Amino acid sequence: MRLRILQILVLVLLIAAWYLLTAPGLIPPFYFEQANRAAFFFGEPQKVFWVIVEWFVSGEIFIHLAVTLLETALGFSIGAIFGLGIGLWLALSPTASAVMDPYIKGLNSMPRVVLAPIFAVWFGLGIWSKVALGVTLVFFVVFFNVYQGVREVSPNLIASARMLGASRRQLLRSIYLPAAMSWVFASLHNAVGLAFVGAVVGEYLGSARGVGYLILQAEGTFDINTVFAGILVLTAFALALDSAVGAVERRLMTWQPRAGETEKV
Amino acid sequence: MNGVPALALADITCRFAARDGRSDAYTAVANATLEVAKGEFVSVVGPTGCGKSTLLNVAAGLLEPSSGTVEVFGERLLSTEGVNRRAGYMFQADALMPWRSGIDNVIAGLEFRGMARAEALVQGEAWLRRVGLAGFGDRYPHQMSGGMRKRLALAQTLILSPDILLMDEPFSALDVQTRQLMENELLALWAEDRKSVLFITHDLEEAIALSDRVVVLSAGPATRPIGDFRVDLPRPRDVSEIRMTPAFAKLHREIWGAMREEVLKAYEAQKVL
Ligand SMILES: Nc1ncnc2c1ncn2[C@@H]1O[C@H](COP(=O)(O)OP(=O)(O)OP(=O)(O)O)[C@@H](O)[C@H]1O
Ligand SMILES: [Mg+2]
Repeated sequence: MRLRILQILVLVLLIAAWYLLTAPGLIPPFYFEQANRAAFFFGEPQKVFWVIVEWFVSGEIFIHLAVTLLETALGFSIGAIFGLGIGLWLALSPTASAVMDPYIKGLNSMPRVVLAPIFAVWFGLGIWSKVALGVTLVFFVVFFNVYQGVREVSPNLIASARMLGASRRQLLRSIYLPAAMSWVFASLHNAVGLAFVGAVVGEYLGSARGVGYLILQAEGTFDINTVFAGILVLTAFALALDSAVGAVERRLMTWQPRAGETEKV
Repeated sequence: MNGVPALALADITCRFAARDGRSDAYTAVANATLEVAKGEFVSVVGPTGCGKSTLLNVAAGLLEPSSGTVEVFGERLLSTEGVNRRAGYMFQADALMPWRSGIDNVIAGLEFRGMARAEALVQGEAWLRRVGLAGFGDRYPHQMSGGMRKRLALAQTLILSPDILLMDEPFSALDVQTRQLMENELLALWAEDRKSVLFITHDLEEAIALSDRVVVLSAGPATRPIGDFRVDLPRPRDVSEIRMTPAFAKLHREIWGAMREEVLKAYEAQKVL
Protein backbone atom coordinates (compact mmCIF):
# COMPACT_ATOMS: atom_id res chain seq x y z
CA MET A 1 0.00 0.00 0.00
CA ARG A 2 2.73 2.44 1.00
CA LEU A 3 4.50 1.33 -2.13
CA ARG A 4 1.49 2.28 -4.26
CA ILE A 5 1.35 5.74 -2.68
CA LEU A 6 5.03 6.31 -3.37
CA GLN A 7 4.63 5.09 -6.94
CA ILE A 8 1.76 7.51 -7.53
CA LEU A 9 3.78 10.28 -5.91
CA VAL A 10 6.58 9.72 -8.42
CA LEU A 11 4.09 9.98 -11.28
CA VAL A 12 2.60 13.19 -9.89
CA LEU A 13 6.07 14.69 -9.47
CA LEU A 14 7.03 13.81 -13.03
CA ILE A 15 3.89 15.37 -14.47
CA ALA A 16 4.31 18.45 -12.29
CA ALA A 17 7.90 18.88 -13.48
CA TRP A 18 6.76 18.43 -17.07
CA TYR A 19 4.09 21.08 -16.60
CA LEU A 20 6.36 23.56 -14.83
CA LEU A 21 9.09 23.28 -17.43
CA THR A 22 6.84 23.55 -20.48
CA ALA A 23 3.97 25.94 -19.61
CA PRO A 24 4.68 29.08 -21.70
CA GLY A 25 5.55 32.06 -19.53
CA LEU A 26 5.31 30.26 -16.21
CA ILE A 27 9.01 30.36 -15.52
CA PRO A 28 11.45 32.52 -17.46
CA PRO A 29 12.93 30.59 -20.41
CA PHE A 30 16.50 29.51 -19.56
CA TYR A 31 17.39 27.32 -22.51
CA PHE A 32 15.15 28.36 -25.41
CA GLU A 33 15.03 32.02 -26.32
CA GLN A 34 11.24 32.05 -26.71
CA ALA A 35 8.72 31.26 -23.98
CA ASN A 36 6.62 28.82 -26.02
CA ARG A 37 9.53 26.83 -27.45
CA ALA A 38 9.61 24.25 -24.63
CA ALA A 39 5.94 23.52 -25.19
CA PHE A 40 6.62 23.17 -28.92
CA PHE A 41 9.25 20.50 -28.39
CA PHE A 42 7.95 18.69 -25.32
CA GLY A 43 4.20 19.22 -25.37
CA GLU A 44 2.14 20.16 -22.37
CA PRO A 45 0.69 17.54 -20.02
CA GLN A 46 -2.78 19.09 -19.72
CA LYS A 47 -3.09 19.30 -23.52
CA VAL A 48 -1.85 15.73 -23.94
CA PHE A 49 -4.46 14.67 -21.40
CA TRP A 50 -7.25 16.40 -23.32
CA VAL A 51 -6.15 14.81 -26.58
CA ILE A 52 -6.47 11.38 -24.95
CA VAL A 53 -9.85 12.23 -23.44
CA GLU A 54 -11.05 13.49 -26.79
CA TRP A 55 -9.92 10.27 -28.48
CA PHE A 56 -11.85 8.10 -26.09
CA VAL A 57 -14.94 10.32 -25.88
CA SER A 58 -15.31 10.59 -29.63
CA GLY A 59 -14.44 6.91 -29.98
CA GLU A 60 -11.92 7.75 -32.67
CA ILE A 61 -9.15 5.80 -30.95
CA PHE A 62 -10.93 2.44 -30.81
CA ILE A 63 -10.56 1.50 -34.44
CA HIS A 64 -6.85 2.29 -34.24
CA LEU A 65 -6.37 0.32 -31.04
CA ALA A 66 -8.31 -2.58 -32.52
CA VAL A 67 -6.13 -2.63 -35.62
CA THR A 68 -2.91 -2.50 -33.61
CA LEU A 69 -4.16 -5.25 -31.32
CA LEU A 70 -5.20 -7.43 -34.23
CA GLU A 71 -1.78 -7.03 -35.85
CA THR A 72 -0.10 -7.89 -32.55
CA ALA A 73 -2.26 -10.96 -32.02
CA LEU A 74 -1.77 -12.25 -35.56
CA GLY A 75 1.96 -11.55 -35.53
CA PHE A 76 2.33 -13.33 -32.24
CA SER A 77 0.24 -16.39 -33.09
CA ILE A 78 1.74 -17.01 -36.52
CA GLY A 79 5.28 -16.39 -35.28
CA ALA A 80 4.77 -18.64 -32.26
CA ILE A 81 3.31 -21.50 -34.31
CA PHE A 82 6.14 -21.39 -36.84
CA GLY A 83 8.73 -21.05 -34.08
CA LEU A 84 7.29 -24.03 -32.23
CA GLY A 85 7.04 -26.23 -35.31
CA ILE A 86 10.44 -25.46 -36.76
CA GLY A 87 12.08 -25.43 -33.33
CA LEU A 88 10.76 -28.93 -32.61
CA TRP A 89 11.74 -30.18 -36.02
CA LEU A 90 15.31 -28.90 -35.90
CA ALA A 91 15.85 -29.93 -32.29
CA LEU A 92 14.77 -33.50 -33.03
CA SER A 93 16.64 -33.86 -36.29
CA PRO A 94 20.38 -33.31 -35.83
CA THR A 95 21.15 -33.37 -39.56
CA ALA A 96 18.61 -30.71 -40.44
CA SER A 97 19.78 -28.59 -37.54
CA ALA A 98 23.43 -28.88 -38.62
CA VAL A 99 22.53 -27.85 -42.18
CA MET A 100 20.32 -24.94 -41.15
CA ASP A 101 22.53 -23.68 -38.35
CA PRO A 102 24.43 -20.91 -40.25
CA TYR A 103 21.24 -19.65 -41.89
CA ILE A 104 19.36 -19.46 -38.62
CA LYS A 105 22.27 -17.64 -37.02
CA GLY A 106 22.50 -15.25 -39.96
CA LEU A 107 18.80 -14.47 -40.02
CA ASN A 108 18.80 -13.95 -36.31
CA SER A 109 21.69 -11.50 -36.26
CA MET A 110 20.21 -9.47 -39.10
CA PRO A 111 18.47 -6.33 -37.79
CA ARG A 112 15.03 -7.44 -38.92
CA VAL A 113 13.38 -4.04 -38.62
CA VAL A 114 15.02 -3.15 -41.95
CA LEU A 115 12.68 -5.68 -43.54
CA ALA A 116 9.71 -3.43 -42.79
CA PRO A 117 9.91 -1.44 -46.08
CA ILE A 118 10.26 -4.68 -48.04
CA PHE A 119 7.21 -6.12 -46.34
CA ALA A 120 5.33 -2.92 -47.18
CA VAL A 121 6.15 -3.56 -50.84
CA TRP A 122 5.25 -7.25 -50.67
CA PHE A 123 2.16 -7.10 -48.53
CA GLY A 124 0.91 -3.57 -49.11
CA LEU A 125 0.05 -0.97 -46.50
CA GLY A 126 -2.73 -3.00 -44.84
CA ILE A 127 -2.31 -5.06 -41.73
CA TRP A 128 -0.33 -7.93 -43.31
CA SER A 129 2.92 -6.04 -43.70
CA LYS A 130 2.80 -5.28 -39.95
CA VAL A 131 1.89 -8.87 -39.13
CA ALA A 132 4.84 -10.05 -41.23
CA LEU A 133 7.23 -7.82 -39.30
CA GLY A 134 5.80 -9.08 -36.01
CA VAL A 135 6.19 -12.67 -37.20
CA THR A 136 9.88 -12.27 -38.02
CA LEU A 137 10.48 -10.76 -34.58
CA VAL A 138 8.44 -13.32 -32.64
CA PHE A 139 9.58 -16.36 -34.60
CA PHE A 140 13.19 -16.26 -33.46
CA VAL A 141 12.41 -15.74 -29.79
CA VAL A 142 10.05 -18.70 -29.77
CA PHE A 143 12.25 -20.77 -32.05
CA PHE A 144 15.36 -20.47 -29.88
CA ASN A 145 13.43 -21.18 -26.73
CA VAL A 146 11.80 -24.28 -28.16
CA TYR A 147 15.09 -25.49 -29.55
CA GLN A 148 16.79 -24.99 -26.22
CA GLY A 149 13.87 -26.50 -24.33
CA VAL A 150 13.85 -29.69 -26.38
CA ARG A 151 17.62 -30.03 -26.23
CA GLU A 152 17.58 -29.72 -22.48
CA VAL A 153 14.92 -32.30 -21.71
CA SER A 154 16.52 -34.60 -19.19
CA PRO A 155 17.66 -37.84 -20.87
CA ASN A 156 16.32 -39.59 -17.80
CA LEU A 157 12.83 -38.38 -18.53
CA ILE A 158 13.03 -39.65 -22.10
CA ALA A 159 14.42 -43.00 -20.99
CA SER A 160 11.67 -43.25 -18.40
CA ALA A 161 8.93 -42.55 -20.93
CA ARG A 162 10.43 -45.11 -23.30
CA MET A 163 10.48 -47.72 -20.57
CA LEU A 164 6.82 -46.93 -19.89
CA GLY A 165 6.18 -47.85 -23.50
CA ALA A 166 5.97 -44.49 -25.27
CA SER A 167 6.25 -44.56 -29.06
CA ARG A 168 8.08 -41.79 -30.93
CA ARG A 169 4.82 -39.92 -31.43
CA GLN A 170 3.90 -40.25 -27.80
CA LEU A 171 7.36 -39.05 -26.78
CA LEU A 172 6.79 -35.95 -28.89
CA ARG A 173 3.39 -35.30 -27.39
CA SER A 174 4.07 -36.17 -23.77
CA ILE A 175 7.68 -35.12 -23.30
CA TYR A 176 9.10 -32.84 -25.98
CA LEU A 177 6.06 -30.65 -26.53
CA PRO A 178 5.33 -29.89 -22.86
CA ALA A 179 9.04 -29.31 -22.20
CA ALA A 180 9.20 -26.91 -25.15
CA MET A 181 5.99 -25.19 -24.08
CA SER A 182 7.39 -24.32 -20.70
CA TRP A 183 10.23 -22.49 -22.44
CA VAL A 184 7.82 -20.79 -24.80
CA PHE A 185 5.87 -19.50 -21.85
CA ALA A 186 9.07 -18.30 -20.24
CA SER A 187 9.57 -16.14 -23.33
CA LEU A 188 5.93 -15.15 -23.71
CA HIS A 189 6.30 -11.62 -22.31
CA ASN A 190 9.19 -11.02 -24.61
CA ALA A 191 7.42 -12.43 -27.65
CA VAL A 192 4.17 -10.52 -27.14
CA GLY A 193 6.16 -7.33 -26.58
CA LEU A 194 7.99 -7.89 -29.86
CA ALA A 195 4.78 -8.55 -31.78
CA PHE A 196 3.56 -5.21 -30.46
CA VAL A 197 6.76 -3.49 -31.51
CA GLY A 198 6.41 -5.03 -34.97
CA ALA A 199 2.87 -3.73 -35.32
CA VAL A 200 3.66 -0.19 -34.20
CA VAL A 201 6.88 0.16 -36.17
CA GLY A 202 5.11 -1.19 -39.23
CA GLU A 203 2.31 1.31 -38.86
CA TYR A 204 4.74 4.09 -38.30
CA LEU A 205 6.47 3.31 -41.57
CA GLY A 206 3.30 3.53 -43.60
CA SER A 207 -0.31 2.69 -42.89
CA ALA A 208 -3.84 3.98 -42.89
CA ARG A 209 -4.89 2.84 -39.42
CA GLY A 210 -3.45 2.00 -36.02
CA VAL A 211 -1.93 3.88 -33.12
CA GLY A 212 1.39 4.10 -34.94
CA TYR A 213 -0.48 5.79 -37.78
CA LEU A 214 -1.93 8.39 -35.38
CA ILE A 215 1.55 9.24 -34.20
CA LEU A 216 2.83 9.45 -37.76
CA GLN A 217 -0.02 11.83 -38.72
CA ALA A 218 0.54 14.11 -35.73
CA GLU A 219 4.24 14.26 -36.41
CA GLY A 220 3.52 15.41 -39.95
CA THR A 221 1.75 18.48 -38.57
CA PHE A 222 4.21 19.09 -35.71
CA ASP A 223 1.41 18.34 -33.27
CA ILE A 224 3.70 17.24 -30.45
CA ASN A 225 0.87 16.88 -27.92
CA THR A 226 -0.82 14.24 -30.06
CA VAL A 227 2.47 12.41 -30.50
CA PHE A 228 2.88 12.24 -26.75
CA ALA A 229 -0.73 11.21 -26.34
CA GLY A 230 -0.13 8.35 -28.77
CA ILE A 231 3.00 7.28 -26.91
CA LEU A 232 1.15 7.29 -23.58
CA VAL A 233 -1.73 5.25 -24.97
CA LEU A 234 0.74 2.76 -26.44
CA THR A 235 2.56 2.45 -23.13
CA ALA A 236 -0.63 1.87 -21.18
CA PHE A 237 -1.68 -0.63 -23.79
CA ALA A 238 1.63 -2.49 -23.61
CA LEU A 239 1.34 -2.66 -19.83
CA ALA A 240 -2.18 -4.06 -20.06
CA LEU A 241 -1.04 -6.62 -22.63
CA ASP A 242 1.82 -7.65 -20.38
CA SER A 243 -0.40 -8.23 -17.37
CA ALA A 244 -2.84 -10.19 -19.53
CA VAL A 245 0.05 -12.43 -20.59
CA GLY A 246 1.02 -12.78 -16.94
CA ALA A 247 -2.48 -13.96 -16.09
CA VAL A 248 -2.49 -16.53 -18.90
CA GLU A 249 0.92 -17.72 -17.83
CA ARG A 250 -0.13 -18.22 -14.21
CA ARG A 251 -3.11 -20.26 -15.34
CA LEU A 252 -1.21 -22.56 -17.67
CA MET A 253 1.95 -23.05 -15.67
CA THR A 254 0.55 -24.26 -12.37
CA TRP A 255 2.87 -27.24 -12.49
CA GLN A 256 6.00 -25.12 -12.27
CA PRO A 257 7.59 -24.53 -8.90
CA ARG A 258 7.54 -20.89 -7.90
CA ALA A 259 9.58 -19.23 -5.21
CA GLY A 260 7.87 -18.69 -1.89
CA GLU A 261 4.68 -20.66 -2.31
CA THR A 262 3.80 -20.91 1.35
CA GLU A 263 0.68 -19.16 2.41
CA LYS A 264 0.86 -16.40 5.00
CA VAL A 265 -1.27 -16.98 8.09
CA MET B 1 13.13 -71.53 -9.85
CA ASN B 2 13.63 -73.55 -13.00
CA GLY B 3 13.75 -73.04 -16.74
CA VAL B 4 15.03 -70.01 -18.56
CA PRO B 5 16.10 -67.07 -16.45
CA ALA B 6 14.00 -63.90 -16.59
CA LEU B 7 17.08 -61.88 -17.38
CA ALA B 8 20.47 -63.08 -18.52
CA LEU B 9 23.38 -60.75 -19.17
CA ALA B 10 26.19 -62.66 -20.81
CA ASP B 11 29.75 -61.41 -21.12
CA ILE B 12 28.74 -57.73 -21.22
CA THR B 13 31.43 -55.15 -21.94
CA CYS B 14 30.70 -51.41 -22.10
CA ARG B 15 33.26 -48.96 -23.36
CA PHE B 16 32.53 -45.24 -23.40
CA ALA B 17 34.35 -43.19 -26.02
CA ALA B 18 36.27 -40.32 -24.49
CA ARG B 19 34.63 -36.96 -25.12
CA ASP B 20 37.78 -35.03 -25.92
CA GLY B 21 38.97 -37.65 -28.43
CA ARG B 22 42.51 -37.64 -27.02
CA SER B 23 42.40 -39.92 -24.02
CA ASP B 24 41.53 -43.60 -24.33
CA ALA B 25 38.02 -44.97 -24.22
CA TYR B 26 36.83 -45.76 -20.71
CA THR B 27 35.87 -49.38 -20.06
CA ALA B 28 33.15 -49.16 -17.44
CA VAL B 29 32.05 -52.80 -17.44
CA ALA B 30 34.07 -55.76 -18.69
CA ASN B 31 32.92 -59.33 -19.27
CA ALA B 32 30.10 -59.16 -16.78
CA THR B 33 27.74 -62.12 -16.58
CA LEU B 34 24.65 -61.98 -14.44
CA GLU B 35 21.40 -63.91 -14.27
CA VAL B 36 18.10 -63.26 -12.56
CA ALA B 37 15.77 -66.26 -12.27
CA LYS B 38 12.00 -65.95 -12.53
CA GLY B 39 10.61 -64.56 -9.32
CA GLU B 40 14.05 -63.94 -7.88
CA PHE B 41 15.08 -60.78 -6.05
CA VAL B 42 18.70 -60.04 -6.87
CA SER B 43 20.65 -57.11 -5.51
CA VAL B 44 23.81 -55.73 -7.03
CA VAL B 45 26.19 -53.87 -4.75
CA GLY B 46 29.38 -52.11 -5.62
CA PRO B 47 31.33 -48.97 -4.87
CA THR B 48 30.15 -45.69 -6.35
CA GLY B 49 31.00 -45.13 -10.00
CA CYS B 50 31.73 -48.80 -10.65
CA GLY B 51 29.13 -49.23 -13.39
CA LYS B 52 25.96 -50.37 -11.67
CA SER B 53 23.68 -47.95 -13.53
CA THR B 54 25.46 -48.81 -16.77
CA LEU B 55 24.73 -52.49 -16.26
CA LEU B 56 21.08 -51.77 -15.50
CA ASN B 57 20.73 -49.58 -18.60
CA VAL B 58 22.04 -52.48 -20.64
CA ALA B 59 19.45 -54.78 -19.07
CA ALA B 60 16.75 -52.21 -19.87
CA GLY B 61 17.80 -52.02 -23.50
CA LEU B 62 18.51 -48.30 -23.14
CA LEU B 63 22.23 -48.78 -23.68
CA GLU B 64 23.74 -51.10 -26.25
CA PRO B 65 26.74 -52.95 -24.83
CA SER B 66 29.99 -52.84 -26.79
CA SER B 67 29.90 -56.62 -26.73
CA GLY B 68 27.90 -59.36 -25.06
CA THR B 69 24.26 -60.35 -25.16
CA VAL B 70 21.13 -59.76 -23.14
CA GLU B 71 18.39 -62.38 -23.03
CA VAL B 72 14.93 -61.72 -21.66
CA PHE B 73 13.00 -64.91 -20.90
CA GLY B 74 15.20 -66.69 -23.41
CA GLU B 75 14.85 -64.12 -26.19
CA ARG B 76 17.69 -61.97 -27.42
CA LEU B 77 17.21 -58.27 -26.70
CA LEU B 78 18.16 -56.43 -29.88
CA SER B 79 18.82 -52.72 -29.90
CA THR B 80 17.00 -52.44 -33.23
CA GLU B 81 13.79 -53.49 -31.54
CA GLY B 82 13.89 -50.80 -28.89
CA VAL B 83 13.86 -51.14 -25.14
CA ASN B 84 13.17 -54.17 -22.98
CA ARG B 85 9.38 -54.30 -23.14
CA ARG B 86 8.98 -56.71 -20.27
CA ALA B 87 10.86 -54.57 -17.80
CA GLY B 88 9.88 -51.63 -15.63
CA TYR B 89 12.64 -49.25 -14.58
CA MET B 90 12.84 -47.09 -11.49
CA PHE B 91 15.56 -44.55 -12.08
CA GLN B 92 18.23 -43.32 -9.71
CA ALA B 93 17.38 -39.69 -10.43
CA ASP B 94 13.92 -38.20 -10.49
CA ALA B 95 12.18 -39.12 -13.76
CA LEU B 96 8.63 -37.94 -13.19
CA MET B 97 7.04 -35.61 -15.71
CA PRO B 98 6.93 -32.27 -13.91
CA TRP B 99 3.99 -31.01 -15.99
CA ARG B 100 1.76 -33.92 -15.04
CA SER B 101 -0.08 -34.23 -11.77
CA GLY B 102 0.57 -37.26 -9.56
CA ILE B 103 -2.26 -39.34 -10.95
CA ASP B 104 -1.40 -38.43 -14.54
CA ASN B 105 2.17 -39.53 -13.93
CA VAL B 106 0.99 -42.85 -12.52
CA ILE B 107 -1.25 -43.63 -15.47
CA ALA B 108 1.23 -42.45 -18.13
CA GLY B 109 2.22 -46.00 -19.04
CA LEU B 110 -1.39 -47.13 -19.38
CA GLU B 111 -2.05 -44.09 -21.53
CA PHE B 112 0.89 -44.98 -23.80
CA ARG B 113 -0.65 -48.44 -24.17
CA GLY B 114 -3.89 -46.85 -25.33
CA MET B 115 -6.09 -47.65 -22.34
CA ALA B 116 -9.25 -45.55 -21.98
CA ARG B 117 -8.69 -42.71 -19.53
CA ALA B 118 -11.60 -43.56 -17.24
CA GLU B 119 -10.36 -47.11 -16.78
CA ALA B 120 -6.77 -45.95 -16.31
CA LEU B 121 -7.85 -43.47 -13.64
CA VAL B 122 -9.54 -46.22 -11.63
CA GLN B 123 -6.35 -48.28 -11.67
CA GLY B 124 -4.25 -45.21 -10.97
CA GLU B 125 -6.25 -44.31 -7.87
CA ALA B 126 -5.93 -47.88 -6.64
CA TRP B 127 -2.15 -47.71 -7.03
CA LEU B 128 -1.94 -44.34 -5.33
CA ARG B 129 -3.69 -45.94 -2.38
CA ARG B 130 -1.32 -48.90 -2.38
CA VAL B 131 1.75 -46.69 -2.16
CA GLY B 132 0.13 -44.49 0.47
CA LEU B 133 -0.56 -41.46 -1.69
CA ALA B 134 -4.37 -41.57 -1.71
CA GLY B 135 -5.67 -38.02 -2.07
CA PHE B 136 -2.39 -36.64 -3.39
CA GLY B 137 -3.16 -37.43 -7.02
CA ASP B 138 -3.78 -33.84 -8.05
CA ARG B 139 -0.47 -32.56 -6.71
CA TYR B 140 2.37 -31.85 -9.07
CA PRO B 141 5.74 -33.52 -8.41
CA HIS B 142 7.31 -30.29 -7.17
CA GLN B 143 4.61 -30.10 -4.50
CA MET B 144 5.62 -33.49 -3.10
CA SER B 145 8.42 -34.53 -0.78
CA GLY B 146 11.30 -36.67 -2.02
CA GLY B 147 9.78 -39.76 -0.41
CA MET B 148 6.40 -39.10 -1.98
CA ARG B 149 8.01 -38.72 -5.38
CA LYS B 150 9.79 -42.05 -4.97
CA ARG B 151 6.49 -43.72 -4.09
CA LEU B 152 4.87 -42.08 -7.09
CA ALA B 153 7.63 -43.43 -9.32
CA LEU B 154 7.11 -46.87 -7.77
CA ALA B 155 3.38 -46.74 -8.58
CA GLN B 156 4.17 -45.47 -12.09
CA THR B 157 6.39 -48.48 -12.70
CA LEU B 158 4.33 -51.16 -10.96
CA ILE B 159 0.97 -50.21 -12.47
CA LEU B 160 2.13 -51.80 -15.74
CA SER B 161 2.85 -55.02 -13.87
CA PRO B 162 6.21 -55.62 -15.59
CA ASP B 163 7.65 -59.12 -15.46
CA ILE B 164 11.05 -57.73 -14.58
CA LEU B 165 11.64 -54.85 -12.22
CA LEU B 166 14.86 -52.86 -12.57
CA MET B 167 15.56 -50.53 -9.67
CA ASP B 168 18.52 -48.18 -9.48
CA GLU B 169 19.19 -47.11 -5.89
CA PRO B 170 15.54 -46.15 -5.55
CA PHE B 171 15.70 -45.31 -1.86
CA SER B 172 19.21 -43.97 -1.44
CA ALA B 173 18.06 -40.36 -1.14
CA LEU B 174 15.64 -41.06 1.71
CA ASP B 175 16.12 -40.86 5.47
CA VAL B 176 16.54 -44.14 7.35
CA GLN B 177 12.97 -44.37 8.70
CA THR B 178 11.23 -43.58 5.41
CA ARG B 179 13.61 -45.89 3.69
CA GLN B 180 12.78 -48.85 5.89
CA LEU B 181 9.08 -48.16 5.43
CA MET B 182 9.50 -48.15 1.68
CA GLU B 183 11.65 -51.28 1.73
CA ASN B 184 8.94 -53.11 3.64
CA GLU B 185 6.31 -51.80 1.24
CA LEU B 186 8.37 -52.99 -1.69
CA LEU B 187 8.75 -56.44 -0.16
CA ALA B 188 5.01 -56.63 0.49
CA LEU B 189 4.18 -55.62 -3.07
CA TRP B 190 6.77 -58.02 -4.42
CA ALA B 191 5.42 -60.89 -2.30
CA GLU B 192 2.01 -60.51 -3.96
CA ASP B 193 3.13 -61.69 -7.37
CA ARG B 194 6.86 -62.38 -7.21
CA LYS B 195 8.29 -60.43 -10.11
CA SER B 196 11.92 -60.85 -11.02
CA VAL B 197 13.81 -57.94 -9.51
CA LEU B 198 17.25 -56.55 -10.23
CA PHE B 199 17.89 -54.08 -7.44
CA ILE B 200 20.90 -51.83 -7.37
CA THR B 201 22.26 -50.27 -4.24
CA HIS B 202 25.52 -49.34 -2.62
CA ASP B 203 24.10 -50.17 0.78
CA LEU B 204 25.01 -53.74 1.68
CA GLU B 205 22.52 -53.93 4.55
CA GLU B 206 19.67 -52.96 2.26
CA ALA B 207 20.81 -55.54 -0.27
CA ILE B 208 20.88 -58.38 2.24
CA ALA B 209 17.61 -57.42 3.90
CA LEU B 210 15.69 -57.43 0.62
CA SER B 211 17.21 -60.07 -1.62
CA ASP B 212 17.44 -63.72 -2.40
CA ARG B 213 20.90 -63.17 -3.83
CA VAL B 214 23.54 -60.44 -3.55
CA VAL B 215 26.04 -59.86 -6.34
CA VAL B 216 29.15 -57.86 -5.55
CA LEU B 217 30.82 -55.83 -8.30
CA SER B 218 34.49 -54.94 -8.41
CA ALA B 219 35.63 -51.33 -8.45
CA GLY B 220 35.87 -49.64 -11.86
CA PRO B 221 37.24 -49.49 -14.46
CA ALA B 222 36.45 -52.84 -16.09
CA THR B 223 33.87 -53.78 -13.49
CA ARG B 224 32.65 -57.34 -13.23
CA PRO B 225 30.92 -59.45 -10.57
CA ILE B 226 33.41 -60.80 -8.05
CA GLY B 227 31.08 -62.44 -5.58
CA ASP B 228 27.65 -64.06 -5.56
CA PHE B 229 26.02 -64.74 -2.22
CA ARG B 230 22.76 -66.56 -1.55
CA VAL B 231 20.68 -65.00 1.22
CA ASP B 232 18.74 -67.73 2.98
CA LEU B 233 16.87 -65.59 5.44
CA PRO B 234 13.21 -66.52 6.01
CA ARG B 235 10.40 -64.57 4.36
CA PRO B 236 8.27 -62.62 4.94
CA ARG B 237 10.86 -60.27 6.34
CA ASP B 238 10.74 -57.04 8.23
CA VAL B 239 13.78 -55.09 7.11
CA SER B 240 14.44 -53.43 10.45
CA GLU B 241 14.02 -56.64 12.49
CA ILE B 242 15.98 -58.87 10.21
CA ARG B 243 19.03 -56.69 10.65
CA MET B 244 19.15 -57.76 14.30
CA THR B 245 19.41 -61.49 13.62
CA PRO B 246 22.74 -63.34 13.92
CA ALA B 247 22.28 -64.90 10.46
CA PHE B 248 22.14 -61.40 8.98
CA ALA B 249 25.29 -60.36 10.82
CA LYS B 250 27.12 -63.42 9.58
CA LEU B 251 26.15 -62.77 5.96
CA HIS B 252 27.05 -59.13 6.31
CA ARG B 253 30.54 -59.99 7.61
CA GLU B 254 31.06 -62.47 4.81
CA ILE B 255 30.00 -60.16 1.97
CA TRP B 256 31.65 -57.10 3.43
CA GLY B 257 34.88 -59.08 3.50
CA ALA B 258 34.63 -59.42 -0.26
CA MET B 259 33.57 -55.80 -0.82
CA ARG B 260 35.95 -53.99 1.48
CA GLU B 261 38.95 -54.15 -0.75
CA GLU B 262 36.96 -52.95 -3.78
CA VAL B 263 35.48 -50.00 -1.92
CA LEU B 264 38.94 -48.92 -0.82
CA LYS B 265 40.23 -49.32 -4.36
CA ALA B 266 37.42 -47.16 -5.73
CA TYR B 267 38.08 -44.56 -3.07
CA GLU B 268 41.79 -44.42 -3.87
CA ALA B 269 41.06 -44.17 -7.59
CA GLN B 270 38.74 -41.22 -7.06
CA LYS B 271 41.19 -39.46 -4.79
CA VAL B 272 43.75 -39.50 -7.57
CA LEU B 273 41.37 -37.83 -10.01
N1 LIG C 1 27.78 -41.81 -21.15
C1 LIG C 1 28.96 -41.99 -20.55
N2 LIG C 1 30.09 -41.54 -21.12
C2 LIG C 1 31.29 -41.73 -20.53
N3 LIG C 1 31.46 -42.32 -19.34
C3 LIG C 1 30.36 -42.78 -18.70
C4 LIG C 1 29.06 -42.63 -19.27
N4 LIG C 1 28.17 -43.18 -18.41
C5 LIG C 1 28.88 -43.64 -17.37
N5 LIG C 1 30.21 -43.42 -17.54
C6 LIG C 1 31.27 -43.80 -16.62
O1 LIG C 1 31.10 -45.16 -16.32
C7 LIG C 1 31.34 -45.40 -14.95
C8 LIG C 1 30.15 -46.10 -14.33
O2 LIG C 1 29.04 -45.22 -14.26
P1 LIG C 1 27.69 -45.65 -13.56
O3 LIG C 1 26.75 -44.53 -13.68
O4 LIG C 1 27.25 -46.94 -14.12
O5 LIG C 1 28.15 -45.81 -12.06
P2 LIG C 1 27.32 -46.33 -10.80
O6 LIG C 1 27.92 -47.59 -10.36
O7 LIG C 1 25.87 -46.34 -11.12
O8 LIG C 1 27.64 -45.22 -9.73
P3 LIG C 1 26.71 -44.62 -8.55
O9 LIG C 1 26.67 -45.63 -7.46
O10 LIG C 1 27.45 -43.40 -8.12
O11 LIG C 1 25.38 -44.33 -9.17
C9 LIG C 1 31.65 -44.07 -14.31
O12 LIG C 1 33.06 -43.97 -14.14
C10 LIG C 1 31.19 -43.06 -15.32
O13 LIG C 1 32.03 -41.95 -15.31
MG1 LIG D 1 24.25 -45.18 -10.57
